[in-house]
Amino acid sequence: MKHLAAFGRFWWDFVIGDDWLVAALVAVAIGATAILAAVDVAAWWLLPLAVPLILWLSLRRAIRSA
Amino acid sequence: MSTGDGFLLLSTFLACAVEMVEALTIVLAAGLARGWRSALAGLGAATVVLAVTVVVLGPALTVIPLQALRLVVGALLLVFGLQWLRKAILRASGYKALHDEDAIFARELADAHGAERVERAGVDWYGFTLSFKGVLLEGLEVVFIVLTFGSAQGSIPLAAVGAACALVLVAGIGLAVRAPLARVPENALKFAVGVMLTTFGVFWSVEGAGADWPGSDAAILGVLGFVVLISLVLVRVLRRERLEAVPA
Repeated sequence: MKHLAAFGRFWWDFVIGDDWLVAALVAVAIGATAILAAVDVAAWWLLPLAVPLILWLSLRRAIRSA
Repeated sequence: MSTGDGFLLLSTFLACAVEMVEALTIVLAAGLARGWRSALAGLGAATVVLAVTVVVLGPALTVIPLQALRLVVGALLLVFGLQWLRKAILRASGYKALHDEDAIFARELADAHGAERVERAGVDWYGFTLSFKGVLLEGLEVVFIVLTFGSAQGSIPLAAVGAACALVLVAGIGLAVRAPLARVPENALKFAVGVMLTTFGVFWSVEGAGADWPGSDAAILGVLGFVVLISLVLVRVLRRERLEAVPA
Protein backbone atom coordinates (compact mmCIF):
# COMPACT_ATOMS: atom_id res chain seq x y z
CA MET A 1 0.00 0.00 0.00
CA LYS A 2 2.86 2.33 0.94
CA HIS A 3 4.61 1.60 -2.38
CA LEU A 4 1.38 2.16 -4.30
CA ALA A 5 0.89 5.53 -2.61
CA ALA A 6 4.51 6.49 -3.37
CA PHE A 7 4.03 5.41 -7.00
CA GLY A 8 0.87 7.52 -7.27
CA ARG A 9 2.61 10.48 -5.62
CA PHE A 10 5.52 10.20 -8.07
CA TRP A 11 3.21 10.36 -11.09
CA TRP A 12 1.14 13.17 -9.57
CA ASP A 13 4.34 15.20 -9.01
CA PHE A 14 5.69 14.26 -12.44
CA VAL A 15 2.57 15.17 -14.42
CA ILE A 16 0.65 17.72 -12.33
CA GLY A 17 3.60 19.39 -10.59
CA ASP A 18 3.25 21.85 -7.74
CA ASP A 19 0.12 23.67 -8.93
CA TRP A 20 -2.90 21.53 -9.78
CA LEU A 21 -4.79 24.62 -10.95
CA VAL A 22 -2.59 24.76 -14.08
CA ALA A 23 -3.59 21.23 -15.10
CA ALA A 24 -7.27 21.89 -14.31
CA LEU A 25 -7.42 25.13 -16.32
CA VAL A 26 -5.52 23.58 -19.24
CA ALA A 27 -8.11 20.75 -19.31
CA VAL A 28 -10.97 23.28 -19.28
CA ALA A 29 -9.39 25.37 -22.06
CA ILE A 30 -8.74 22.32 -24.26
CA GLY A 31 -12.29 21.07 -23.62
CA ALA A 32 -13.71 24.44 -24.66
CA THR A 33 -11.53 24.40 -27.81
CA ALA A 34 -12.82 20.91 -28.69
CA ILE A 35 -16.45 22.00 -28.21
CA LEU A 36 -16.02 25.05 -30.46
CA ALA A 37 -14.23 22.95 -33.09
CA ALA A 38 -17.01 20.34 -32.96
CA VAL A 39 -19.62 22.97 -33.86
CA ASP A 40 -17.43 24.31 -36.68
CA VAL A 41 -16.41 27.55 -34.99
CA ALA A 42 -12.78 28.69 -35.43
CA ALA A 43 -11.20 27.79 -32.09
CA TRP A 44 -7.42 28.11 -32.55
CA TRP A 45 -7.32 31.46 -30.67
CA LEU A 46 -8.80 30.17 -27.41
CA LEU A 47 -5.78 28.31 -26.02
CA PRO A 48 -3.25 31.09 -26.76
CA LEU A 49 -5.57 33.46 -24.88
CA ALA A 50 -5.88 31.03 -21.97
CA VAL A 51 -2.08 30.69 -21.56
CA PRO A 52 -1.37 34.19 -20.14
CA LEU A 53 -4.42 33.94 -17.89
CA ILE A 54 -3.37 30.55 -16.48
CA LEU A 55 0.23 31.72 -16.04
CA TRP A 56 -0.87 34.88 -14.26
CA LEU A 57 -3.16 33.01 -11.86
CA SER A 58 -0.50 30.40 -11.10
CA LEU A 59 2.19 33.06 -10.58
CA ARG A 60 -0.04 34.96 -8.16
CA ARG A 61 -0.70 31.76 -6.20
CA ALA A 62 3.03 30.98 -6.06
CA ILE A 63 3.90 34.50 -4.88
CA ARG A 64 1.15 34.49 -2.26
CA SER A 65 2.27 31.15 -0.84
CA ALA A 66 6.00 32.11 -0.84
CA MET B 1 13.48 20.14 -42.85
CA SER B 2 10.14 21.78 -41.96
CA THR B 3 9.61 24.45 -39.28
CA GLY B 4 8.11 21.78 -37.03
CA ASP B 5 11.11 19.47 -37.49
CA GLY B 6 13.56 22.28 -36.75
CA PHE B 7 11.72 23.14 -33.55
CA LEU B 8 11.52 19.47 -32.64
CA LEU B 9 15.31 19.09 -32.93
CA LEU B 10 16.06 22.29 -31.04
CA SER B 11 13.48 21.66 -28.30
CA THR B 12 14.59 18.09 -27.56
CA PHE B 13 18.24 19.20 -27.57
CA LEU B 14 17.66 22.05 -25.11
CA ALA B 15 15.27 20.16 -22.83
CA CYS B 16 17.50 17.08 -22.69
CA ALA B 17 20.64 19.18 -22.12
CA VAL B 18 19.04 20.82 -19.07
CA GLU B 19 18.02 17.45 -17.60
CA MET B 20 21.42 15.91 -18.34
CA VAL B 21 23.29 18.76 -16.65
CA GLU B 22 21.26 18.03 -13.49
CA ALA B 23 21.90 14.27 -13.76
CA LEU B 24 25.62 14.91 -14.29
CA THR B 25 25.81 16.96 -11.07
CA ILE B 26 24.35 14.04 -9.08
CA VAL B 27 26.60 11.40 -10.70
CA LEU B 28 29.68 13.57 -10.10
CA ALA B 29 28.75 14.03 -6.43
CA ALA B 30 28.19 10.27 -6.05
CA GLY B 31 31.44 9.43 -7.87
CA LEU B 32 33.67 11.89 -6.01
CA ALA B 33 32.24 11.15 -2.55
CA ARG B 34 31.50 7.41 -2.73
CA GLY B 35 33.76 6.12 -5.49
CA TRP B 36 33.33 5.87 -9.26
CA ARG B 37 32.49 2.18 -9.26
CA SER B 38 29.18 2.62 -7.42
CA ALA B 39 28.33 5.86 -9.24
CA LEU B 40 28.93 4.29 -12.67
CA ALA B 41 27.03 1.13 -11.67
CA GLY B 42 24.05 3.33 -10.73
CA LEU B 43 24.36 5.25 -13.99
CA GLY B 44 24.50 1.99 -15.97
CA ALA B 45 21.51 0.42 -14.18
CA ALA B 46 19.38 3.55 -14.68
CA THR B 47 20.37 3.68 -18.36
CA VAL B 48 19.19 0.06 -18.80
CA VAL B 49 15.82 0.86 -17.16
CA LEU B 50 15.43 3.94 -19.38
CA ALA B 51 16.35 1.96 -22.50
CA VAL B 52 13.72 -0.68 -21.65
CA THR B 53 11.14 2.11 -21.14
CA VAL B 54 11.93 3.51 -24.59
CA VAL B 55 11.78 0.08 -26.23
CA VAL B 56 8.40 -0.69 -24.61
CA LEU B 57 6.73 2.74 -24.94
CA GLY B 58 8.21 3.89 -28.27
CA PRO B 59 6.44 1.40 -30.57
CA ALA B 60 3.25 1.58 -28.44
CA LEU B 61 2.97 5.33 -29.06
CA THR B 62 3.26 4.93 -32.83
CA VAL B 63 0.04 2.87 -33.03
CA ILE B 64 -2.09 5.56 -31.33
CA PRO B 65 -4.02 7.72 -33.86
CA LEU B 66 -2.14 10.99 -34.44
CA GLN B 67 -4.98 13.32 -33.42
CA ALA B 68 -5.58 11.54 -30.09
CA LEU B 69 -1.82 11.43 -29.48
CA ARG B 70 -1.48 15.16 -30.16
CA LEU B 71 -4.35 15.91 -27.79
CA VAL B 72 -2.85 13.94 -24.90
CA VAL B 73 0.76 14.93 -25.61
CA GLY B 74 -0.23 18.56 -26.21
CA ALA B 75 -2.11 18.74 -22.92
CA LEU B 76 0.77 17.14 -21.00
CA LEU B 77 3.37 19.37 -22.63
CA LEU B 78 1.27 22.44 -21.96
CA VAL B 79 0.99 21.54 -18.26
CA PHE B 80 4.76 20.78 -18.13
CA GLY B 81 5.62 23.92 -20.08
CA LEU B 82 3.51 26.23 -17.93
CA GLN B 83 5.08 24.78 -14.76
CA TRP B 84 8.60 25.32 -16.15
CA LEU B 85 7.70 28.78 -17.37
CA ARG B 86 6.16 29.76 -14.04
CA LYS B 87 9.34 28.77 -12.19
CA ALA B 88 11.51 30.52 -14.80
CA ILE B 89 9.44 33.72 -14.54
CA LEU B 90 9.58 33.61 -10.73
CA ARG B 91 13.39 33.21 -10.92
CA ALA B 92 13.84 35.93 -13.53
CA SER B 93 11.69 38.37 -11.56
CA GLY B 94 13.53 37.67 -8.31
CA TYR B 95 10.74 35.86 -6.45
CA LYS B 96 12.61 32.54 -6.47
CA ALA B 97 16.32 31.83 -6.02
CA LEU B 98 18.23 31.14 -9.22
CA HIS B 99 19.07 27.49 -9.90
CA ASP B 100 22.67 27.09 -8.72
CA GLU B 101 24.38 23.89 -9.90
CA ASP B 102 27.45 24.60 -7.70
CA ALA B 103 25.31 24.87 -4.56
CA ILE B 104 23.36 21.71 -5.42
CA PHE B 105 26.65 19.88 -6.06
CA ALA B 106 28.08 21.02 -2.71
CA ARG B 107 24.92 19.88 -0.89
CA GLU B 108 24.87 16.47 -2.61
CA LEU B 109 28.58 16.04 -1.94
CA ALA B 110 28.22 16.86 1.77
CA ASP B 111 25.27 14.45 2.12
CA ALA B 112 27.19 11.73 0.27
CA HIS B 113 30.29 12.20 2.45
CA GLY B 114 28.19 12.00 5.62
CA ALA B 115 26.24 8.85 4.76
CA GLU B 116 27.16 5.50 6.29
CA ARG B 117 29.03 3.04 4.05
CA VAL B 118 27.09 -0.15 3.29
CA GLU B 119 28.54 -2.48 0.65
CA ARG B 120 26.39 -4.88 -1.38
CA ALA B 121 27.97 -7.07 -4.06
CA GLY B 122 31.12 -4.98 -3.76
CA VAL B 123 29.27 -1.75 -4.54
CA ASP B 124 28.70 1.12 -2.12
CA TRP B 125 24.92 1.18 -1.79
CA TYR B 126 24.53 4.91 -1.09
CA GLY B 127 26.62 5.92 -4.13
CA PHE B 128 24.77 3.45 -6.35
CA THR B 129 21.32 4.57 -5.19
CA LEU B 130 22.16 8.28 -5.43
CA SER B 131 23.46 7.91 -8.97
CA PHE B 132 20.66 5.50 -10.02
CA LYS B 133 17.83 7.70 -8.71
CA GLY B 134 19.32 10.89 -10.11
CA VAL B 135 19.84 9.50 -13.60
CA LEU B 136 16.50 7.65 -13.62
CA LEU B 137 14.42 10.66 -12.54
CA GLU B 138 16.12 13.15 -14.87
CA GLY B 139 16.27 10.48 -17.58
CA LEU B 140 12.54 9.78 -17.35
CA GLU B 141 11.92 13.41 -18.28
CA VAL B 142 14.28 13.02 -21.24
CA VAL B 143 12.47 9.85 -22.33
CA PHE B 144 9.10 11.56 -21.93
CA ILE B 145 10.20 14.59 -23.95
CA VAL B 146 11.78 12.53 -26.75
CA LEU B 147 8.86 10.11 -27.08
CA THR B 148 6.09 12.69 -26.85
CA PHE B 149 7.73 15.35 -29.02
CA GLY B 150 8.88 12.76 -31.52
CA SER B 151 5.62 10.85 -31.80
CA ALA B 152 3.41 13.95 -32.00
CA GLN B 153 5.63 15.45 -34.71
CA GLY B 154 5.86 12.07 -36.44
CA SER B 155 9.59 11.57 -36.00
CA ILE B 156 10.90 9.86 -32.86
CA PRO B 157 14.34 9.34 -34.54
CA LEU B 158 14.74 13.10 -35.09
CA ALA B 159 13.85 13.76 -31.44
CA ALA B 160 16.35 11.07 -30.44
CA VAL B 161 19.04 12.84 -32.50
CA GLY B 162 18.40 16.03 -30.49
CA ALA B 163 18.69 14.07 -27.23
CA ALA B 164 21.82 12.24 -28.41
CA CYS B 165 23.52 15.53 -29.32
CA ALA B 166 22.73 16.85 -25.83
CA LEU B 167 24.06 13.64 -24.25
CA VAL B 168 27.34 13.74 -26.21
CA LEU B 169 27.85 17.42 -25.40
CA VAL B 170 27.01 17.27 -21.68
CA ALA B 171 28.76 13.93 -21.01
CA GLY B 172 31.80 15.05 -23.05
CA ILE B 173 32.18 18.31 -21.15
CA GLY B 174 31.44 16.55 -17.85
CA LEU B 175 34.18 13.98 -18.51
CA ALA B 176 36.62 16.70 -19.48
CA VAL B 177 36.09 19.00 -16.51
CA ARG B 178 34.89 16.52 -13.85
CA ALA B 179 32.96 19.34 -12.17
CA PRO B 180 29.34 20.48 -12.26
CA LEU B 181 28.57 22.53 -15.36
CA ALA B 182 27.94 25.71 -13.41
CA ARG B 183 28.84 27.92 -16.37
CA VAL B 184 25.97 26.58 -18.44
CA PRO B 185 23.35 29.34 -18.41
CA GLU B 186 20.90 26.91 -16.87
CA ASN B 187 18.30 29.47 -15.81
CA ALA B 188 18.16 30.93 -19.32
CA LEU B 189 17.98 27.39 -20.76
CA LYS B 190 15.11 26.49 -18.44
CA PHE B 191 13.29 29.63 -19.55
CA ALA B 192 13.82 28.65 -23.20
CA VAL B 193 12.64 25.08 -22.56
CA GLY B 194 9.53 26.35 -20.75
CA VAL B 195 8.76 28.53 -23.78
CA MET B 196 9.31 25.62 -26.19
CA LEU B 197 7.21 23.14 -24.20
CA THR B 198 4.39 25.67 -23.87
CA THR B 199 4.55 26.51 -27.59
CA PHE B 200 4.37 22.86 -28.67
CA GLY B 201 1.74 22.19 -26.01
CA VAL B 202 -0.52 24.95 -27.34
CA PHE B 203 0.06 23.95 -30.98
CA TRP B 204 -0.65 20.24 -30.56
CA SER B 205 -3.50 20.68 -28.08
CA VAL B 206 -5.37 22.87 -30.56
CA GLU B 207 -4.78 20.37 -33.38
CA GLY B 208 -5.68 17.44 -31.13
CA ALA B 209 -8.91 19.18 -30.08
CA GLY B 210 -9.92 19.23 -33.74
CA ALA B 211 -9.27 22.92 -34.53
CA ASP B 212 -7.08 24.14 -37.42
CA TRP B 213 -4.27 26.67 -37.24
CA PRO B 214 -4.24 29.47 -39.81
CA GLY B 215 -1.03 28.90 -41.79
CA SER B 216 -0.73 25.26 -40.65
CA ASP B 217 2.78 24.39 -39.30
CA ALA B 218 4.02 27.95 -39.72
CA ALA B 219 1.66 28.99 -36.92
CA ILE B 220 4.23 27.52 -34.48
CA LEU B 221 6.35 30.63 -35.09
CA GLY B 222 3.42 32.88 -34.17
CA VAL B 223 2.70 30.87 -31.01
CA LEU B 224 6.40 30.96 -30.09
CA GLY B 225 6.57 34.74 -30.49
CA PHE B 226 3.40 35.16 -28.44
CA VAL B 227 4.64 32.93 -25.59
CA VAL B 228 8.02 34.72 -25.50
CA LEU B 229 6.26 38.11 -25.44
CA ILE B 230 3.86 37.30 -22.60
CA SER B 231 6.67 35.67 -20.58
CA LEU B 232 8.87 38.75 -20.87
CA VAL B 233 5.95 41.04 -20.02
CA LEU B 234 5.16 38.95 -16.94
CA VAL B 235 8.83 39.04 -15.82
CA ARG B 236 8.84 42.82 -16.20
CA VAL B 237 5.55 43.32 -14.36
CA LEU B 238 6.49 41.02 -11.47
CA ARG B 239 10.01 42.47 -11.16
CA ARG B 240 8.62 45.99 -10.95
CA GLU B 241 5.97 44.85 -8.47
CA ARG B 242 8.62 43.19 -6.27
CA LEU B 243 10.90 46.23 -6.32
CA GLU B 244 8.00 48.52 -5.42
CA ALA B 245 7.11 46.27 -2.50
CA VAL B 246 10.62 46.56 -1.03
CA PRO B 247 10.70 49.44 1.49
CA ALA B 248 13.16 52.19 0.50
